[in-house]
Amino acid sequence: MTLNGLFQIVLLLGVLFLLVKPLGGYMARIYEGNLPSFMRWLSPLEHLFYRMCGVNPGQEMRWTSYSLGILWFSLLGVLTVYALQRLQGFLPLNPQGLAAVTPDSSFDTALSFVTNTNWQGYAGESTLSYLTQMFALAVQNFFSAATGMAVVVALIRGFARHSVETIGNFWVDMTRSTLYILLPLSLVLALVLVSQGVVQNFSPYPVIQTVETTSYDNPSLDAAGNPVKDAAGNPVTVKTTTQEQTLPMGPVASQEAIKELGTNGGGFFNANSAHPYENPTPLTNFLEMLAILLIPAALCITFGTMVGDIRQGWTLLATMTLVFVIMLAVAEYAETSGNPAFTSLGVNQQVSSLQSGGNMEGKETRFGIVNSALFATLTTTTSCGAVNAMHDSFTPLGGLVPLANIQLGEVIFGGVGSGLYGMLIYAVIAVFIAGLMIGRTPEYLGKKIEAFDIKMASLTILIPPLLILVGTAAAVMMEAGKSGVANPGAHGFSEILYAFSSAAGNNGSAFAGLSANTPFYNLALGLVMFFGRFWLILPVLALAGSLAGKKRIPVGAGTLPTHTPLFVLLLMGTVLLVGALTFVPSLGLGPIVEHLTMVGAH
Amino acid sequence: MWKELRPAVVSFLVLSVITGLLYPGLVTGLAQALFPGQASGSLIFKKGRPVGSEWIGQSFAKPGYFWGRPSATGPMPYNGLASSGSNLGPTNPALIDAVKARVQALRATDPGNTRPVPVDLVTASASGLDPQISPAAADYQIARVARVRGLKTDQVQALVTQSIEGRQFGVLGEARVNVLKLNLALDELTHAP
Repeated sequence: MTLNGLFQIVLLLGVLFLLVKPLGGYMARIYEGNLPSFMRWLSPLEHLFYRMCGVNPGQEMRWTSYSLGILWFSLLGVLTVYALQRLQGFLPLNPQGLAAVTPDSSFDTALSFVTNTNWQGYAGESTLSYLTQMFALAVQNFFSAATGMAVVVALIRGFARHSVETIGNFWVDMTRSTLYILLPLSLVLALVLVSQGVVQNFSPYPVIQTVETTSYDNPSLDAAGNPVKDAAGNPVTVKTTTQEQTLPMGPVASQEAIKELGTNGGGFFNANSAHPYENPTPLTNFLEMLAILLIPAALCITFGTMVGDIRQGWTLLATMTLVFVIMLAVAEYAETSGNPAFTSLGVNQQVSSLQSGGNMEGKETRFGIVNSALFATLTTTTSCGAVNAMHDSFTPLGGLVPLANIQLGEVIFGGVGSGLYGMLIYAVIAVFIAGLMIGRTPEYLGKKIEAFDIKMASLTILIPPLLILVGTAAAVMMEAGKSGVANPGAHGFSEILYAFSSAAGNNGSAFAGLSANTPFYNLALGLVMFFGRFWLILPVLALAGSLAGKKRIPVGAGTLPTHTPLFVLLLMGTVLLVGALTFVPSLGLGPIVEHLTMVGAH
Repeated sequence: MWKELRPAVVSFLVLSVITGLLYPGLVTGLAQALFPGQASGSLIFKKGRPVGSEWIGQSFAKPGYFWGRPSATGPMPYNGLASSGSNLGPTNPALIDAVKARVQALRATDPGNTRPVPVDLVTASASGLDPQISPAAADYQIARVARVRGLKTDQVQALVTQSIEGRQFGVLGEARVNVLKLNLALDELTHAP
């Protein structure tokens, strides 16, 4: 890695750490109902909104009603996103005249966006109308993020309060997340993105005359639109020339901003943040990366503030940063090293002042290796899943990093809300393990961790691996699963493993060679996304309810301090150990075998 | 039932209108007022006609033009309606064959050039629409373009040097050359080949 590469990474983390404290403190005030003066003008509107909804903002909920609110709200989301896709042909803001999306793809996409996964089986520019993009998908970008934030705030209240039955009001927490946090940040970010060249309009796609005429082999289609094949089964093509290029348009910047800030990750276009109209310059790339990390990291400080000991928040943030740096180092090293098969073909992969070098397959020139590996690491440690490079074409070890990040449960910064509640679950497990080692009843932040709490924590840790490993095993045994694979050998297995990991972790990035827009994958991944989201939220809220009802125990001589470097190591060890024990065998069958094959051949 | 459902239904509707219509509408209005060129796609005009976008690459295959990144979009390269990478894995024989063929195509148009080929010139970009190449990839093609166009190497070299954009603010991203803009500048210098 060059000095400049290192500096770009340090700069990103530096700016992030400067922002987490003010933003984290601001969010704590929002959730405690203590609006800063520059936001108070919105308060009458907020209360008018509650009256319309029939919500009494002062009335709090037990964890069961809180969960029910989330489920109703999400169900409406699934139905709306499904309906808008099926009906888009009859609705306005569809200048390209795009027809209804297929039922299985609409189902998959509806679950995908409501669960904050944003897995995409379709290509946005040729499938979705502007109305579907903004009124179905971008709305869910806000709602799924706000829901995640509401859940973590409820869990934080579980730790912060004692001897009460309620954990907050879902409608209030969700509304405040949207109005006071996500909307203002998105508005500012969207405008900066436009100034750099991200498009924002409702125009039809312009067709331009290109400088050179392009000749290509156009596959012949029969009357039904299926490719024609010759006797040997090869597609029949016709030599065609064109001097036209159609440029995709749309309200991209407004969607791009919330896509990153809400760790949603669903691209307006098929190529996601690699598309020059979504991410045209190194500055937009820097801001998009910052936006992905911003709220998850700042929520650690919100947590510390709300439980009355900010050091607890810094401890979690330190743990996250430490694991992040380790993962990043592996990815940067692997991608900079390049592909040994290319070198013997007379290709120059050396880093120099004139080129970034390394494995440039599936990467954009303006980002080079440093920013592609960085983006891949942070989009998978969080649950974002936006990509600025194609993970499928990463070197085996470079591709192992995003896969492993997702499998660790996306608790390293993690999704908006979901990352912190995942990490808090790991903290509960860590004090439990420590308690077993020293023979004392475990406690965290003055709350005794008892059998029910450990059961709920264990559920959230065990459900994702179950979904991933059983799903992958089933897919590799079925013809419908295997037929989607694009790359031969171990890499094909990695594609399937990645798809189920991404769905269960609500990430949304992909080894995109896998043809996942089939009824099998749309159904299987849709269900995995649903369980991966709501089967975790329910035990987390049950835990929140249980904790809120407990008495607070005063700190004693035998209390394990949870704000020390020792606890950072304990927590990091727990995350890595649980991840390793669960997933190393599956990683061995995929990326590790492929790595050995690659270096062995050269 | 309605008492339980009302918060969900009403908040869903009202917040959908705010985040799904008002917010993108407001951003569009401000964007079109403040940055009309960027918001509409950063189009490049020649004699009043759009000839491309600063951000969307075009396919160049004639030896008299600088070539851009290989594009994996289908059915034609640089298809604006189907952004995509190749998604070929690092050990896939199809990837190795594709890179080999690209190296051979470059060598065939420029037999005297025996330097190793810069990697970005023979690997497909992530979007299939990458508008740029590395300065090394531009440098590699100078001799060929100059010979085919009957220009002095120094003239083309000077044009390339002018076209290099450094890292943004001297720090961010990578140095790069916009292929479409460079080729348009070439056509200003001499007629298209």
